[in-house]
Amino acid sequence: MPATASQTVTVLVPRTLMAEIDGQRIIEVPVAAGATLADLLDALATDHPVFDRRLRDETRALRRYVNVYVDGDDVRQLGGVAASVKPGQEVQIIQSVAGG
Amino acid sequence: MPIDTTAAHLLAIGTRKGLWLATSPDRSSWSLTGPHFLMREVPSVGIDTRPGSGDGGLPRILVGVRSEHWGPTVAHSDDLGETWVEPDNGAIRFPTDTDTALERVWQLQPDTADRPGVVWAGCEPISVWKSTDGGEHFELNRGLWDHPHRKDWGAGYGGAAAHSIAVSPDENTLHIAMSTGGVYRSTDAGQTWQARNTGITAYFMPDPNPEFGQCVHKIARDPVKSERLFAQNHHGVYRSDDNADTWKSIADGLPSDFGFVMLAHPRRSATAWVIPMKADGERIPPDGQLAVHRTDDAGDTWTRLDNGLPHHEYNAVLRDAAAVDTAEPAGVYFGTRGGTVYASSDEGASFVQIATNLPDVLCIRAATLSG
Repeated sequence: MPATASQTVTVLVPRTLMAEIDGQRIIEVPVAAGATLADLLDALATDHPVFDRRLRDETRALRRYVNVYVDGDDVRQLGGVAASVKPGQEVQIIQSVAGG
Repeated sequence: MPIDTTAAHLLAIGTRKGLWLATSPDRSSWSLTGPHFLMREVPSVGIDTRPGSGDGGLPRILVGVRSEHWGPTVAHSDDLGETWVEPDNGAIRFPTDTDTALERVWQLQPDTADRPGVVWAGCEPISVWKSTDGGEHFELNRGLWDHPHRKDWGAGYGGAAAHSIAVSPDENTLHIAMSTGGVYRSTDAGQTWQARNTGITAYFMPDPNPEFGQCVHKIARDPVKSERLFAQNHHGVYRSDDNADTWKSIADGLPSDFGFVMLAHPRRSATAWVIPMKADGERIPPDGQLAVHRTDDAGDTWTRLDNGLPHHEYNAVLRDAAAVDTAEPAGVYFGTRGGTVYASSDEGASFVQIATNLPDVLCIRAATLSG
C-alpha cells in the first residue's frame, strides 16, 4: 500500500541538486517511527547515490556548507544527521552562503 | 559551438569556476568550448591518450571537480566533453576505517602506455590512489596512508595534498611529492615509501635540512634518463640524477628560485621549463614581467623566454596550470590566476594568448590527438 502524506516526510530539494534526483523539487519519503535524518538520507541514497554524496561525505557527516532544516529548525542544533524526523514534517535542504 | 572531434590538438583548462576545452588543427589557432562544471572548481585534469581510453579513438578526459557546497568528485568524458560520467558511488572514496573524507583531487595522472587502464590520483588529505579501470574507481594506497611520517606532514597554503605523481618506465618505481612533506619514492610498486629529500632545503623549519617536511611544489621526470628528476621547491630549484637519492641546486641563472611549475620535455633528455615567481612573500613574476625559463642542459644554464608574453603581469602561475604536449616541436602551455592562457608551439620560443578573462586557472593539460 503506498504511503500516505501522514506517513511521509516532505523533502525540499535545492534547484542546483534537482538533476541528481530525477529533476524533483519536492519528494515525499516514507519514514518509520523513530527515524532520523540519516535514515531519511539512506533511503534516498538507495536510488540516488550521487544526490547523497552531494549532501554527505564518506564519514556520513553533512558537508560543511549544506544546511538542513526540519520544520524550520537547523539540524545542527538537533543532533545533525541523528536528528529525529517524523511523518508530516518538512525537511528543507539549502546551500549555505559560501564561495566567491 | 560543439567541439571539433577531428582536431589534432586538445587543451583542457581547469579553473576555479569550471573547465574549458580548446582544440586546434595546427596549434596556431584555437577554438574554446565551455564552461563545463560551471561554478565548480576543477583543480585537476588528466587526458588519457592511450588506445582504447575514449570513444572511437578519442582520449578519455578525467577531471577532479569540487563544489564548495556539494563536495569533491571525479568525472570522465570519452567524447571530448559532450557527455560526462560520474560513478554513482564516487571514483575516490576513503574507506570507512580511515574515518576520513576526501577534500580535493589534486592530480589525475595516467600511467605509461604499456600499462593501459592504470591511472594515479593524488589527493587532499595527503593520499595516493590507483585505478586499474581508466579512472572509474580508485584504491587508496595503504603504504602511504599508514606511513609513520603522516602525523608530521603539514599543510601548505592550498591544503595538505599529494600533488605530483611521477610515473616511471619501471613499474615498481614511483615518485610523489606533497606539500608539505617533500618527495617520497617507492621501489616496490607503492607498498612502501621512503622520504627522498637529501639536498632540498626547508628554510621555514628549525632544521633547514630535515629528512622530510620540505615544501616541494612540483616534480617532473626526465623522459630518457628515468633516474633524473627535476623539482621546483618553495624556494629552490633542483635536479636529481640518482632516482631522488640526492638533489643539487640548479637555480643559478634563474631570476628567482621560487615558483610552482616544473615541466620536463616529452622526449628529449635534459630539457625542462620553470616559470619563476619573485618570492614566497611576493608571488608575482619578478619585476612584474612574466617569463618562462627553459634549460636544455639539465639546469646548468637557463634561457629566458618571453616572446609574446605581456610586459606587465602580476598574477601567479600555479603548479598544475602548465603543461607540455607531445607534438614536434613540443608545445608549452600555461595559464595565470588572472585567467589568461598562453600557448607555444615551439618549445617556448614564442607564445600566443589563446584565452583571457577566464576564472583563475588551476590546471592545464595538453594532448596531441593525431598527426
